[in-house]
Amino acid sequence: MVQRSFKRLVEVGRVVLITHGADAGKIATIVDIVDHNRAIIDGPTTGVSRQVIAYKNTVLTDIVVKRLPRTIGSKALAKFLEKEQVVEAWQKTAWAKKLDARKRRSNLSDFDRFKLMRLKKQQRNVVDRQVALLRKERA
Amino acid sequence: MAKTAHKNQLAPGISRLSHSKVFSKRATYKAKKESKPKADAAEAKKAFVRKPYVKEDLVDVLTAKKNELVQAAVTPRPKHSRKALRAPKLRKSITPGTVLIMLAGRFRGKRVVFLKQLKSGLLLVTGPFKLNGVPLRRVNQAYVIASSTKVDISGVKIDSKFNDAYFKHEKEAKLKGTEEEFFGKEAQKKEHPAHKLADQKLADKDIVAAVAKVPYLASYLSSTFSLTKGQAPHKLKY
Repeated sequence: MVQRSFKRLVEVGRVVLITHGADAGKIATIVDIVDHNRAIIDGPTTGVSRQVIAYKNTVLTDIVVKRLPRTIGSKALAKFLEKEQVVEAWQKTAWAKKLDARKRRSNLSDFDRFKLMRLKKQQRNVVDRQVALLRKERA
Repeated sequence: MAKTAHKNQLAPGISRLSHSKVFSKRATYKAKKESKPKADAAEAKKAFVRKPYVKEDLVDVLTAKKNELVQAAVTPRPKHSRKALRAPKLRKSITPGTVLIMLAGRFRGKRVVFLKQLKSGLLLVTGPFKLNGVPLRRVNQAYVIASSTKVDISGVKIDSKFNDAYFKHEKEAKLKGTEEEFFGKEAQKKEHPAHKLADQKLADKDIVAAVAKVPYLASYLSSTFSLTKGQAPHKLKY
């Protein structure tokens, strides 16, 4: 098999992350390709309405809904997405987790940030001590 | 034809009688002319001699006349202001118990507890003193950040004696220009009045107890606020 330099392709069934606009941060699925700049996406399970979107406002993910018919309707797409557990698969990725953590961090209050700092200190206290012990044993 | 309002007018603005007719009717020429006493010709001439023009004289005359007029007609009164002095509105995010971050003054960066708004509009806050060294103090709400953290001080009673007068500084006698100033009289450090120390302790007692109920809150209040790398104060949530 020929080695591909692109691992994520624009194709019907490709799950994309929307990076700009009102739906920024949500995922949706490519339903049809308009031209080399735009595609029709739909996200009935993630609250994204069917729309034409420019590729530059999206990022392709690793997730693909296999054997998705072109220009499938919203209801039928929802069944596909639920069967393939696309949202769950997305939430399992490190990428989604990182985005979630970033969002949660930015929403922390001043007191929350202080508590986080204190808890991280406690964690470091335990971990660093063990690491130092192990190092001593090795040496 | 409609009657005009004035019997001497045909229509508004148009007189019934001509100019010469009015003259003969009024017959002012019949009245005896008042004869003026004849002044000495030489004196009259003297009176008309114009004084040499001096600027100061003119100013005197003008100002004198003006003053007379002013005194006669108008007595100056202070302008009446219709603006009422009202305390500024308290920000919505600040309620009793809110933890505030002080931004200015010698306690900048300290996290303090808001107690109430005084009549002057300033905020009454306390450290509490035991936790971070901030005494009962007045601050302007423009110089604080209101955090979303609240200390439950619903059961704490705030003494009504903590008003604006309580915090007013006593004015020191001016030393400037006196011998003492010149010879360098050491500025004596004023003792903090004992009753204020007692007040502070009493006021803080319940607040410290309320703070102790929430884990980490006491150490949070005793720590100071600062920004670290990559933190933009306008993008942070408090």
